[in-house]
Order: sequence, then structure tokens, then C-alpha cells
Amino acid sequence: MQFIKPDIDLDFIGKRRFAFLGSLVLIAASIVSLAVKGGPTYGIDFAGGTLIQVQFAQAIAPQAIKDCLTSMDLQITSVQGFGEKGEHEYLIRAAGASAAIQSVASKVEESLQAAYPENKVEVRRVEMVGPKVGQDLREKALLAMFSAILFIVVYISGRFELKWMLSIIMASCLFVILFVLKNFGVSIPILIVAAVLVTLCLSFYLKLRFATGAIVALVHDVLITVGIFSLMDKEFTLPIIAALLTIIGYSLNDTIIVFDRIRENTRKYHRKSYEVIVNRSINETLSRTLLTSLTTLVVVVALFVLGGGIIHDFAFALIIGVLVGTYSSIYVASPVLLVWEQTGKKQKGESKGRGR
Amino acid sequence: MLEVQTRKAVESRIERTAEDLRAALKTQKIRYTEIDRVNETQISVKLKGQEGKEGFDNLLDEEFAVLRIVPGTTEDEGLSLRLELPEQEVKYVEEMAARQAMETIRNRIDQFGVSEPDIRRQGENRILIQLPGIKDAQRAINLIGKTALLEFKLVDEEHDLQEALKGHVPPGDEILYQVTEDPATGRKKRTPFLIRKRTYLTGEYLTDAKVQIDSMYNEPYVSMDFDKKGARLFERVTEANVKKRLAIVLDDHVYSAPVIQEKIGGGHARITGHFTTEEAHDLAIVLRAGALPAPVQILEERTVGPSLGRDSIDKGLMSMWIGGIVVVLFIGIYYKGAGIIANVALLLNIVLIAAGLAAFQATLTLPGIAGIILTIGMAVDANVIIFERIREEVRLGKTPRAAVDGGYARATMTILDANITTLIAALVLFQFGTGPVKGFAVTLSIGILASLFTAIIVARLIFDYLVLQRRTQRLSI
Repeated sequence: MQFIKPDIDLDFIGKRRFAFLGSLVLIAASIVSLAVKGGPTYGIDFAGGTLIQVQFAQAIAPQAIKDCLTSMDLQITSVQGFGEKGEHEYLIRAAGASAAIQSVASKVEESLQAAYPENKVEVRRVEMVGPKVGQDLREKALLAMFSAILFIVVYISGRFELKWMLSIIMASCLFVILFVLKNFGVSIPILIVAAVLVTLCLSFYLKLRFATGAIVALVHDVLITVGIFSLMDKEFTLPIIAALLTIIGYSLNDTIIVFDRIRENTRKYHRKSYEVIVNRSINETLSRTLLTSLTTLVVVVALFVLGGGIIHDFAFALIIGVLVGTYSSIYVASPVLLVWEQTGKKQKGESKGRGR
Repeated sequence: MLEVQTRKAVESRIERTAEDLRAALKTQKIRYTEIDRVNETQISVKLKGQEGKEGFDNLLDEEFAVLRIVPGTTEDEGLSLRLELPEQEVKYVEEMAARQAMETIRNRIDQFGVSEPDIRRQGENRILIQLPGIKDAQRAINLIGKTALLEFKLVDEEHDLQEALKGHVPPGDEILYQVTEDPATGRKKRTPFLIRKRTYLTGEYLTDAKVQIDSMYNEPYVSMDFDKKGARLFERVTEANVKKRLAIVLDDHVYSAPVIQEKIGGGHARITGHFTTEEAHDLAIVLRAGALPAPVQILEERTVGPSLGRDSIDKGLMSMWIGGIVVVLFIGIYYKGAGIIANVALLLNIVLIAAGLAAFQATLTLPGIAGIILTIGMAVDANVIIFERIREEVRLGKTPRAAVDGGYARATMTILDANITTLIAALVLFQFGTGPVKGFAVTLSIGILASLFTAIIVARLIFDYLVLQRRTQRLSI
């Protein structure tokens, strides 16, 4: 059984301008959403605070819960419904983070039960995170991700273009500069964003084609996923970060599979133009790409539908990631490889013109 | 997650050193106007008169060699200066404090009786504690977080308590409170005491603490035994202060202040205070395990109720099963015979991951599940790549054996490249990440290694067996 005919030859590269536009729109929407909402909505893992998950036997209005608990001096920021409809679960979020949350939790349960004696109340989960931990976590996660990116740049540049020395030197310099600036107290999120941009520019300038392509695809995927989360007002918690890491890993894997075929075909069809080679490679790997996406998607959709409240957002992030990641390997990473060809052709054209 | 306030441990050390310095100067009869802890971690010294200077310098060199004069603080021809601990010593104190805190907490949890607690150190001064299946979480948390510094001090009965409460605390004294809860009304009452600051005996001399029932009032109390040195100190204190009141202070709260009737030898004492059996029990645990060298602050605390825990596990597992079964069926149909081989490899993969996790004693968290999902996706991927190549070879007209060989030869490089890149990312994340990020990295790494193994080696073996031994004519792929 085969989905894709073996001699398929769709013109992906030709349509890349449309794709480029589409990606640009999505990324712009993401950035705008983030800017307007002042950054992603951080869950208590990153912002600190208290979270109490309660379950009622019958549905109840969140406002009623909030009213009932105002006397407790909890600094409640929001109460919202959670999970599946039939479960009647609610999340109570508070800004305070006291150490005695167990007694707080039992008091909450008592007050709610007393106010609604016929509606059985149960506290399912209590979480408290001090503010310091959250920031720490954020910073370490970002640093780890950027370090991973540097390593990936080196490996890809080495394996696919044999530019080991160049990439190692570049990566080392960036690494050192990053740490120096970090110790000077520059804000980490800004630092990482700047670092990624610098890495991209340097890779572009140094003609590290494959590495640039891979990194652009990664950034593209993460940005769009974060943007969609921001647009839909979903929270950023620790599991979501794990989902982002998974997406990075998945997109990377996908991208490299295509790159590998491109490298092989470059050797095989060295007479044909680069555009043709890249297009052919994408077509050849199409069967595999779609299949893998499908299987991974099946597992993740199962998680999404059946997994229950906590896993829900997490699975959602993964679904977006798998879809966008597959798309980016075809329409982002590969076209980037052709950018140097364009600039190269323009220069050749000019010099031919002048030479005449 | 707890954070050990190691800074406070350093401050205590400085405080004790200051006391020792004071005692030493007194013995040598060197006069001073001031020896106090200032600026949190420095000792300010002001000598009176030049004659003591040489003796002081000698003393510093011989008995307090570890201290260092803070540069730029010497005034008055050397009569006034500041001392501090050098950076290395400070780090040593902090490290010791963190380590000892961990041991003490582990001790307490052991005695509390939790099955399979997970206590790990994170970074320089943080401790991550996981207690599965605990019923009274608040009690456990109180137990863990208590500094439990037991001190024996004297009540100052010469000065007026009321005057002190108004703000005129005599030098060398402090006001500490006794907090009692009226069992009938449940209301708390705070009784002030005027206590001499000097500590005569601390909890580090305890060898044992037990809960016993007072026969007269039928109330539980905690009886303590001191070691030889402690017993001697206790004897001396009680001997010198008969008819005065001895304050038993725990974490700066007065527990009781009985009148010393006579010299007490033998090193036994008891703490009474209208405890419930539970309170007495917990107090005994905490005294036995020892005081924390520095206070701990709770940074993060999560409790998952038993019903939610089970729910999550059930739902998570079920969705993975269903997803997994669909994948298996699909691969089987798409690749026919070879698909079955791929499924065998996939199952083996999952088993290996589970084994790897168990070997590393990693707890399965949500990030861990993310890692597993990614791995399953990539494992399927590896097989898909190989099979697609084999199909290509078959289309070119090669024999089954050649097709398998060719397919594997071409695909192996691709798979290795992709997986190694992801492995690099996972290793970097492991190195630089904390907590959950680390967990994800571990699951991912194990998964990648397992999938490399099953796809390249195991599946190949099965193919070879079928093609070589069974001599299949046509590949079912």
C-alpha cells in the first residue's frame, strides 16, 4: 500500500513564495500577539503563585466560587473552568505563595463545602511556587536551548558542509560572549533573543547554508507555536516547555532527513540546478515525511482527546508543533538553502553584464 | 523544593566566633569596649588601651588564625578593626550547612515513616523532596521545615519584664514568647519572658529524645538524654542557678521555664507543654534527628490528591495505548510483512525505554511523556526511512537480499545523522537544564539510543534471518 507514487514530482520550490508569505503572516501575527499581551501568559511555574484545582459534583459558576472565598484573603486572581465539561473542575489561581498551602487547601475545601452543602467538593491538586524559582527556571531553560542550538549549528555545518573549523570558531565566540554578558546582568530573555538573531546573521554571512536553514526552521516553529498559544490565551507551564523541546527535536529530525537527501542528490545530479535538486529531494522524502507525521500525530491526537485536563494543553502544543514542523522542513528549511543561489546568480548576472 | 538559607549558617558561625573571642579576651584579661557582629558577617572589635594590643594580636594568630582583618578597617593605631572569614571558609561553611541540612531532613523523613521518599540535592543549596502517598501533607511539611534549634537559657528575674516590654531591654537580654493554645477554646496566648541571651546548652548534646506519658496528669512529654559533655554542662548550669528559672527555648519560642530545684546530674531533662501525642512525637523526631544548621525556606510545593493522581495515570496510559495500537495497525497494513517487523522493533523499543527509566530511577513526569512520544515518533521514522529505501531498491529490480542490504546501507547514515543531532540537543539540555528539562532530556536520550538499536540492529537481524535462512523470494513490504 502506498500513499505517494514513487515518481511524484510536485513543484514545491516553485510555490515557495506563497509559503514564505504564509509563514510571514503567521509569524507577524505571533509577534503582534505577544507584544500586545506583554509576553506569553506565564503559568505559576514561571510567575509564582498558588493553584488549587477543585472538583464539584455538579456545575457551579466560577464567580460563585470566587465570591465564597473572598473572605479568606487569598489574593485570588482568577477562577476558571477546566478540563472536560462533565467533570465540573475549576482552577483557582492566587498570587500569594505561602508555605502553609495544605491548611489553605483544607480551609478552601471547608468554606466551599459549607457554602454549598449539597454539592460535594473535593480539592484535587494544590501547587505553590515561590517567585524566585520561576524566574530561575525561565532563565535556565532559555540558556539550555540556546546552547543546544549552537551545538547543532556546529554538527550540521560539519556533517553536511564539512565546515567544522569555521562553525566551531563561530559557536565558541558566541558562547563566550553570551556568558560574559550574562554575568554582567543583562536580562536573559532579551539576551537569548539577540543571541539567536546574531547566530542567524553570522551563519548567513558565513554561508553555513544547512545550519542556517535548520535554525530558521526551528525558530519559525517555536515562534508560531508560542504565538498561537498567546493568541488563544493559553498558559505557559512547565509541560508546555517540554512540548516546545519536543517540537524542536521533531522539526530538527525532519529537517535533517530532507537535508540528507539533498546532500546525496547534490552528488548524484551535480549537473542539474540546485533548485531542481532540492525539489527532487523533497519529493523523494515526501512519502516518509507524511508517514512519520501521521503516526506521531495519531499518538498525540489520542493524548489530546483522551488525556484529561492537564495533558490537554500539552497535547495541543504538540499537535501544532508536528504540523508546523513538517511544513517547515519542506517550505522553510529547504528554500533557505536556495537563498545563496539567488544572491549568487544576481552577482553572476551583474558581473556578466559589466564584463561585456 | 526547599532552599537552605546558607547565609544564615555563616552568620551563626560568625556569631559563635564572636562569643568565643569575647570569652578568650576575658580569660587573657584584655579589655575591650566592643566585640559584636556587624554587617551580617563581620566582627567589629574595639580594644581599650594599647597594653592589650600585643596579647590580642597573639590571640588572633594562635587561636583565631582562620579570621582575617578586613582591609581598610584598622583605625585608632590598630585598636579598632573588623574581622571576617575569608571567602573560602565562607564557602566551606555554606557547603557544610547544605549537606548537613540534607542529612538532617533525610533523617527526619526516615523517622516519619514514608515509603520510598525521594530526596535530592539540586544545585548548591536547594533540596528537592518527593513524598509519594502521604496522607497528612501539612504535618510532614512542618516536620521537614522546622529549624529545631534547642537552647537552654536563663530567665532574667532581676530586671523588670514590664519595663522591658516598653522598650527598655537590658543589655544581654532578649524577650521571647511562649505560645500556648487553650485546648478548650483553641485560642492562642502569647506570654512574654525576659531571657538572658547567653545559651548554656544546645540540642547538639542530645543523644536521645523519647515520648513518655506523665503519670500524674496523663499528658505526653518529651524526655531527653544528654551525652557526657552535655550532662556536665547541664549539671554546672543547674548547680550555679538553683531556685532560678531555666528557659527551654526551641526556635526562639519558650516551651517551658521551670524553676531549678537542685543541681541535676545524670543528664536527663524533660520538656512539657500540654502536647498532643502527635506533637510530642514530632518534637521527639525533630530533636533526635538534630537541628537544621540553617533555616530552610519552601520555594515550591505541589500536592496531587490521590484521586487526581490515579486519574491522570489512567488517562495518560490509555491514550498512549490507543495511539500506539492505531500506529501498530497502520504500519502493519502499510508495510505488510515488513510492517510486522517494524512493530516488533517498536515494542522492543518501548520495553527498552521503560527499562532504562527504571534503571535510572527516573520518575515519569509530563515532560518525560513528551520525550517518550518524540522517541516513538522518531523510532517509527527510522524504520520508515529504511523501508522506503528498500522499496526503492526493489523497484530498481534487485533481489530481496540486495534490496535489504542496499536499503540499510543508504538509510543508516541518514538515521544516524538525524538521531545524533537530536541526541546532541538532548545531552546539552541535560547538562544545562534543571529539574523537568533534565527529565525530558533523559527520556529523550534513552529513547534515541533504544530506537537506534532496535531499528538498525534488531530489525536488520530479523530481515537477514528471513532473507538468508528462509530465502524469501519476494519481500513483503
